[in-house]
Amino acid sequence: MDRTLAFISIGAVTLILSGYAMPQWAVFLTTVSLCYGTVVLGMILLVRTGLVSFGHGLYFCLGAYAAGTLKPFFGLSELVFMLIAAILVTTITSFALGFLLRKYRDIFFAMLSLAFSMILYGLLSKSTELGSTDGFNVTAETAFGIALSELEYGRYLIFVITVGTSWLCCTLLHLYLLSNKGKLAEAIRDNELRVEYLGASVNNIIHINYVISAVLAGLGGALMSISIGHIDPEMSYWTTSGEFVFITIMSGSSSVIAPFLGAAVFTSIRSFAYEYSPDTWQLLLGVTMLVIIVFLPEGLWSLFSKIKKKGSP
Amino acid sequence: MISFLAILIDGLIYSSWLFIIAAGLTLIYGVMKILNIAHGSLYALGAYTAASLSGLWLSMGFAPIGSFVIMLLSAILVGIILGPIIERGLLRFMYGRDEIVLVLVTYALFLILEDVIKLIWGVNPYYLYQPYALLGSFEILGLTYPNYNFLLLGSAVFTGLSLTWFLQKTQQGKILIAVIHDSEIAAAQGINVEKFYLITFTLGATLAALGGVLTAPMISVQPGIGAETIVLAFAVVVVGGLGSLPGAALAALVIGLVRAGTVHIIPELDLFSVYLVMATVLIFRPKGLFSSQEERKI
Repeated sequence: MDRTLAFISIGAVTLILSGYAMPQWAVFLTTVSLCYGTVVLGMILLVRTGLVSFGHGLYFCLGAYAAGTLKPFFGLSELVFMLIAAILVTTITSFALGFLLRKYRDIFFAMLSLAFSMILYGLLSKSTELGSTDGFNVTAETAFGIALSELEYGRYLIFVITVGTSWLCCTLLHLYLLSNKGKLAEAIRDNELRVEYLGASVNNIIHINYVISAVLAGLGGALMSISIGHIDPEMSYWTTSGEFVFITIMSGSSSVIAPFLGAAVFTSIRSFAYEYSPDTWQLLLGVTMLVIIVFLPEGLWSLFSKIKKKGSP
Repeated sequence: MISFLAILIDGLIYSSWLFIIAAGLTLIYGVMKILNIAHGSLYALGAYTAASLSGLWLSMGFAPIGSFVIMLLSAILVGIILGPIIERGLLRFMYGRDEIVLVLVTYALFLILEDVIKLIWGVNPYYLYQPYALLGSFEILGLTYPNYNFLLLGSAVFTGLSLTWFLQKTQQGKILIAVIHDSEIAAAQGINVEKFYLITFTLGATLAALGGVLTAPMISVQPGIGAETIVLAFAVVVVGGLGSLPGAALAALVIGLVRAGTVHIIPELDLFSVYLVMATVLIFRPKGLFSSQEERKI
């Protein structure tokens, strides 16, 4: 069996088992890390294709709002439906926008995706039915038909579902990256023209990868909204997308485990810095990012791969 | 008629504001190929510095009209102190890296400067309303506008014209154009490219700070103004075509008028309209309105 897959599965089981004994704050931090990790999972797929999106907050936010609006508009508050809604909405939107975005590269791709996410921000922050800039509260009342009302047990179940979803996304993406289509991503980054000459359609692959990354961002957003219980348009603001890019660079794109490591480091730095010096946490993040760009251009994950290479030359 | 006029005037004022901020950003991109997110922080720093220094000037009882001089000095102060520090201390080690990496470097810088601002000025808003009221106001068809807006308009026109003059009529400007076209060949001709990077970045930083300084009397200066502004400046610069000064001017005009029109007719779509323009232009002209042709890389 694949070592990465084994590692992911062992990690997921460990998290589920230890989640029962973990203090509330640790469960919360892990949940947030997993949600961010799922979003960044999609971002590394794009980075492998040679694209950096400065507007993935769009799908993070869309996923969260798709999950959140099920209750007020359709009277549904089943967690599974919320996740399905997020997948549907992000798939349709990214499929449509993909026709445009797949023609863009480099900074123009980044800027057009930024424009789309800010359009959503502009719309949501002025829509009074959806709570304008304040957003609204989201509650999942049942999961697989089981009532979540009993607080402690319910929270744990949401945690288990979050771990499960992240595990599934991570596994599927890993398998995709190993498939022929998945391997073409890096070929596109290196030289598009040659990929075309080899008989593959660059546009199609970019389109597919874009939709996958959007769905992952949407799932991350939906899970986040359910765990935190609140959503607001800030999720689509450019600083949120910036955070995703930040974690992506911090993690590196060489492994599907890297995003979760990066997200965990990011959330920990943010939470602890926020706790101990609320006025300098961004400063700390900025310095961390510069240090990583200068000393670890391949991301945190390269620390592990370097050690591995030394072990088996 | 009156609302048409109002849209036109509001649009022009807003365009002027947009242009002042976008000019520095597009200049830096044109020369150094850096899309500088920290431009937003320099803008905010300009606003804070002006609010503090002019506030100090006014509270010491000096002639209120002098606060305009202090405002101008604040912009220059921020530009010539921070510009070289950032360029020499950080950016010069990054030249030659991927454009996206450079964006991230300036994003990190943005995060750092945001907190530096909070450390210096705290999180409470600052107000500098005196200069806004000082110049009186004028009335046109029953609409009243503070004369301060002329200052904004004048500064934008002055910025645009003097930059164009510098680039096209002076020797240094022409050398700069050579650097823009091909920095390697320029260096081979004996041009000190690094010096021009330093000058450009300092100039760009000063323009960002000037934008902030001129805005300070019109808003409450508080955390978050940098983040809000930089993304608008991005819209202008990208719509105009990265690195193009006339492009930025035209884009500022278009976006300014569209936003003013939207605010008057459908106020709910205020911000939405700006980014809709950005997306629409990018869809039809992927590299912006004034873009230079680029050879295809094989």
